[in-house]
This record gives sequence, structure tokens and C-alpha cells, in this order.
Amino acid sequence: MAEPASVAAESLAGSRARAARTVLGQVVLPGEELLLPEQEDAEGPGGAVERPLSLNAGARSRVRVVCGPGLRRCGDRLLVTKCGRLRHKEPGSGSGGGVYWVDSQQKRYVPVKGDHVIGIVTAKSGDIFKVDVGGSEPASLSYLSFEGATKRNRPNVQVGDLIYGQFVVANKDMEPEMVCIDSCGRANGMGVIGQDGLLFKVTLGLIRKLLAPDCEIIQEVGKLYPLEIVFGMNGRIWVKAKTIQQTLILANILEACEHMTSDQRKQIFSRLAES
Amino acid sequence: MQRGLDSETKKQLEEEEKKIISEEHWYLDLPELKEKESFIIEEQSFLLCEDLLYGRMSFRGFNPEVEKLMLQMNAKHKAEEVEDETVELDVSDEEMARRYETLVGTIGKKFARKRDHANYEEDENGDITPIKAKKMFLMPQD
Repeated sequence: MAEPASVAAESLAGSRARAARTVLGQVVLPGEELLLPEQEDAEGPGGAVERPLSLNAGARSRVRVVCGPGLRRCGDRLLVTKCGRLRHKEPGSGSGGGVYWVDSQQKRYVPVKGDHVIGIVTAKSGDIFKVDVGGSEPASLSYLSFEGATKRNRPNVQVGDLIYGQFVVANKDMEPEMVCIDSCGRANGMGVIGQDGLLFKVTLGLIRKLLAPDCEIIQEVGKLYPLEIVFGMNGRIWVKAKTIQQTLILANILEACEHMTSDQRKQIFSRLAES
Repeated sequence: MQRGLDSETKKQLEEEEKKIISEEHWYLDLPELKEKESFIIEEQSFLLCEDLLYGRMSFRGFNPEVEKLMLQMNAKHKAEEVEDETVELDVSDEEMARRYETLVGTIGKKFARKRDHANYEEDENGDITPIKAKKMFLMPQD
């Protein structure tokens, strides 16, 4: 870990912007500027490099690049605002130069539009429920944003219930609003989460790790015994199994797996499978 | 006696009025700022960056509805091309077209008066031929 830190320190001391391509997968610190691939060509060895002639010689072809969490736009460059590893994703189809983001770790959640989160209903005032999502203020949830809800047919939501929903409005200027319905009007699994079970909190990075398509932890956990899990992007996980003991074991595994190596994890799973 | 002003003097007066009004309006005497077309889009959501699975999961049949949802949402997310399931038709399209063709005649017959029955002559096969255009009086075109 000392080597990437020293490299980063050197670049900060030199205060020269680095090309984003060369820094992929390395640790970046807030305040660094990153160059995008096109600018990097322009600042190459004095323009001596011959660039292939493009059909429209006048316009410089600009590729749209998306800067994700942890990065900001600063003129033509990307400015790093969180410390972590820089990642890049190639565009699958269509135009665009791909997505750059910083893979950072934090416990405090900031509401983001489109995120699916688990919230706890804290108050019911008139037509709106106040839902605590772990952000700076409680989100509002209208009683009409449930599947099949009308003015006469109100959803059965009490204070203290767990809600799985997504944000439709989430920015720093307004109170976040969430709904339990998608744009077509279907619930798609959102709404009140059932009885029993256990809700606990983990770091945001762990949630993303567990929800990755090739996550081994989830595959192994699924083989243990029948269970149900709901992941909220705000760091909350709700688990339920047939007995209380199984639920607690599951909760402990998920909390601890963040800091375990894969060998330790396999040991624990094999011990569990035996018992 | 002059009835009103001349058209010329009228125009001049109008122009002067317009000038006065436009001069009263305030404006910034700055050079036009060119808006730089930014090609970097800022997004704060992780959904674009990483392909994440659907948040609700159920294993070994604990909650069958959630397991169905899992298949649905993850398949959508992986963008598997779902082949358009052609609904098996009980009656083919051609047959439907034929039936409708005759249906129009049958129902039309019900509401047609005696004189109009001539239009619904039946063929040898019993199919009703389409109505021919009636010969009506045409106004002389001049």
C-alpha cells in the first residue's frame, strides 16, 4: 500500500494532471485532475505525432464521457473528490466514451435518484408518510405511490414498517421523495417488506460488492438454507430465515464477510454446512 | 380641413415612439458569451457504473414470488433478447379476414330495407358479394 501512496504524493507535488487511462485501478486522492484520452493526445510530444485524418477535418470529434460518483467536471478535465480506486467501464452499445468513477468506501448514505433503498416509516401526516432512509432528512412517500392504491383504497402501512422503494427526487436542494412503483405503475417487488426478519446496517461498499453479478458470497449463502434477503443501497440489509438462530447466523456472516479473506470465508461456510 | 395626420407623419411618429420605448429598456452591454459545449456528463448514481443485481433475493424457495421477480429483473438487466412469443392463434389471420368480409354483408343485410336487398345478392357459394356502387342521379357539371 505504500507504493501507490508515494506515487500519488509525487503527482500531487508535481501538480501535473495525469491521464485517466494510466491511473485506472490505482488509488486517487481528492484534488487530482485527470485528463481524458483526447486531451492527452493534444498534449503529446509537441504535436509531432501524426493523427489519422478524419473526414470532418474542422470539428474535433468529442466523445461524451460520463463522470460518476467521486468525480466532478472541471473545465475539460475530471476532478477527483473522493479517495479510492479509479474505475472505468467501456460503453456497451451506442455512443459515449464510457463511464469513469471512483470506488470509494463510506457508511453515510446520500440519496441519489433511482436508487432502491430500505426505509423505516417514522410518521404519517395526512397523505404522506415520512420515511427514514439514513440521509440528512426523511424522505416523503405518498400513499398513492403503491401499486393499486387509490383514494378510497389506501395501502396498509403503519409507523415502524419497512419499505423497499426507489427515489424519484433526490438532490441537495430538495427533500427526497420516494415511490414504491415503477414508471409503468407496477410494484416490481417494491412496497412494504413482510413480517419478522432482521434489519441491520453495513457499509455502502459492501452492498455494491454483494450485489455484483459474480458475487461468490451470495451464491454460497444461498446454498445454506432457505432464506430471503433484501439489499438497500443505503447500507441496510434485511434478512429472514425460518428460525431466529438461522437469521442471526446469516446477519453475522454478512456483516463479517467484508473483512474476511476468501479462505476464511470458505472455512466458516464449511463449518456451518457440517452443523 | 385635415382629417387626421398624413400617413407619412403618422409613420414618423410611430417610429419615434418605438425608439423611445426600446431605449427605455435596460440591457447589458457585454460581449456575447459562447456557451462551451460540455461533453462530460456528471452522474451521481452507481447504477450506470456497475451492473448490480436486483436488490431482493430469495433462496431455496423461501419466497416464490421474489424468486420469480429475481428471474424477471435479472434477465431484463442482462438484456437477454426475449424472443417475441408469438401467441398461438386459434384462428389464422387469413380466416379472420375472410370471415369479416362476409360478416359485413350479413349484418348489413339485417338493417337494409327491402329495396336494398338487391345489393346483397348471394353468389353460387352463398358468399355475399360486396355492394356495388348505386347508380344515383349526378348533378350536371358545368
